[in-house]
Amino acid sequence: MAGKTTTPDLTITNDFTPVTYDEQYILMVNALKKYFPIKGGLVSKTVGYVKAVDGVTFNLKRGTTMGLVGESGCGKTTTGRTILRLSGEKTGGQVLFNGQEVYDISPKEMRSLRTKMQIIFQDPFSSLSPRLPVGEIIGEAVREHNLVPKHEFNDYIDQVMDNCGLQPFHKDRYPHEFSGGQRQRICIARALALNPEFVVCDEPVSALDVSIQAQIINLLKELQEKYKLTYLFISHDLSVVEHISDSVGVMYLGNLVEYGETRDIFKNPLHPYTKALFSAIPVPDPTVRMNRIVLEGSIPSPANPPSGCKFHTRCANCMERCKHEAPVQREVEPGHYVVCHLYDQ
Amino acid sequence: MAKKQDNGYLSAKESRRISKENRRITNQYEKARKRKNVPESEYLTQMKDPANAVEFENLHTYFFTDAGTVKSVDGVSFEVPIGKTVGVVGESGCGKSVTSLSLMQLLQRPQGQIVEGAIRLNLGDKAYDITKTPNSVMQTLRGNYISMIFQEPMTALNPVFRIGDQVDEVIELHDGAGKTKQDIKARTIELLEMVGIANSEGVYSMFPHELSGGMRQRVMIAMALACNPRIIIADEPTTALDVTIQAQVLDLLRNLKNRINSSIMFITHDLGVIAEMADYVVVMYAGRVIEKGTAEEIFAHPAHPYTIGLMASKPVVGKEVDKLYSIPGKVPNPINMPNYCYFKDRCEMCVEGCAGAYPEEISLSPTHKVSCYRYYDKQEGGDK
Repeated sequence: MAGKTTTPDLTITNDFTPVTYDEQYILMVNALKKYFPIKGGLVSKTVGYVKAVDGVTFNLKRGTTMGLVGESGCGKTTTGRTILRLSGEKTGGQVLFNGQEVYDISPKEMRSLRTKMQIIFQDPFSSLSPRLPVGEIIGEAVREHNLVPKHEFNDYIDQVMDNCGLQPFHKDRYPHEFSGGQRQRICIARALALNPEFVVCDEPVSALDVSIQAQIINLLKELQEKYKLTYLFISHDLSVVEHISDSVGVMYLGNLVEYGETRDIFKNPLHPYTKALFSAIPVPDPTVRMNRIVLEGSIPSPANPPSGCKFHTRCANCMERCKHEAPVQREVEPGHYVVCHLYDQ
Repeated sequence: MAKKQDNGYLSAKESRRISKENRRITNQYEKARKRKNVPESEYLTQMKDPANAVEFENLHTYFFTDAGTVKSVDGVSFEVPIGKTVGVVGESGCGKSVTSLSLMQLLQRPQGQIVEGAIRLNLGDKAYDITKTPNSVMQTLRGNYISMIFQEPMTALNPVFRIGDQVDEVIELHDGAGKTKQDIKARTIELLEMVGIANSEGVYSMFPHELSGGMRQRVMIAMALACNPRIIIADEPTTALDVTIQAQVLDLLRNLKNRINSSIMFITHDLGVIAEMADYVVVMYAGRVIEKGTAEEIFAHPAHPYTIGLMASKPVVGKEVDKLYSIPGKVPNPINMPNYCYFKDRCEMCVEGCAGAYPEEISLSPTHKVSCYRYYDKQEGGDK
């Protein structure tokens, strides 16, 4: 972009203090890193890395929802996929699911673990196979994992569909016969048919209309109460995240810059980026004129992120120190973590 | 209406009949549109109120498809005053975009046709009726008087031409008389700077894929503003963007509108954006305007059950609710609309009158109008 070519640093540092398993957390993510190599030259040599996830640390309590917000390209989706071991090997860090390191287990064990962790994808128009009837889409994995005896299979699928607001006669139809909201219900049914404990919801409502959004959000909340599910809710719609989550993490360029209880984060945002992000939410009330912090420029390239604090190029409170020294995660209030030099004692 | 077989599918014979009938109808419209040397008097008209930039009156835009006629816009009337922003809200498929495309004459033809009504465009000293304006004249109106910012900045720019060439083309076609290549390039760079692109010389020679979503949307806005149009139609300009970029783009649009004193017709389904941008709000449902008024009226006293439901179903930051309200049911099939109020089947506030014909527009105040039986006894003045 700037016109000058610098040789990027190809070394990958992977130093972190391992965490010990704590019973109350279903998922513990510690200094998780995921880099994608950039290949170049004649022999496809690795010439750099896109640092999609660059040191993300958080814990997720059983039966709660954590919202993950941030601009597009900040690594929200990659975080979700890396936790589920869906995008190859991780680059560094730990992912403990029920105390078990997800990346250390054999493919066979991984297979049975897959039923415990599921994902709902963003776009219900491209994540459903157009050639399979709905009953088959929902039931395929159930049959594959032998979760229910053969003679109960049909009843089981009917029941799952009923839970997600689908009619039994929908079973023989194909995805193109459904509207966006109903397709998203099919995606939810597909994930829940395996009786998971943990579901990554990757922008499940972004592609839907406002009135349909409300239906899907209510459905997700109902199902959470019924089956004691844990969600990682990825979204860029902050009002939806505030509504559904118990805790919120804010991501910027591969880093989790702030995370804590939803109430703390929304009442008292600490990181300059969080403040700017929240001030940008449009309020449906014409009498309110907000003091908006408009961020200059756009998100820098994750292949060549700024030195020091990654946000310093757009930060209003940038200090000299921010340009050289990367801040570390710090607990400012109980359960409220922020990564910023402003809060160093 | 099209006869249906028991299984819900049309027979091949029936489909052929509809298709033939459609061709007969659309050919008539196309013939009228393609005439050459149409005298100006035919499409010259008078604005109802000279303070309006555009007036839609009883606009009907139909799509003649092989499965039947889709009444996408079915009797829409509203005004866009000069220098104001009018927000059009509604769910997908409610006819928001088709209304704006009718104004631009960019409907998918020959299937899509304006069958009735008038769109009056104020050109300052005279006014044109867009529905009767022939293609050749439309060319001079588009870009110069009305221009459009499209929804998807990713697909609206041509990937094989450089940004500079694409903006240059707009200026050359619409405003290029007597200008040299250098003049046009200078104007393009000026425009790119105006929309807040810092590295304007560099962006001039870039391809669309080298820019981020927000930057592409800025380029789209620069193209739309190239000839200082009187009306800017912004069709969901921020839907594909992040909140921080959305805030930048909204700020930009607001400032630019004031600078060139034009009107904006802002189409979106995000009520928050509407509240921020719009002076007037038009709420559409299934091809009809169900409620319109100033932004304060609509947000403080929403009258139509659909508007109320729409507002309740959106989570608001800082407001805690246990369960979001969701409007039951779904939008009626556009090919086979009921003959009573289109919202009746989903409405939880029905009154006795609802079984009757589609409700007329009731004035709650000089600017606030609603189509709902609940307000028949409350209307102001009682002139209707």
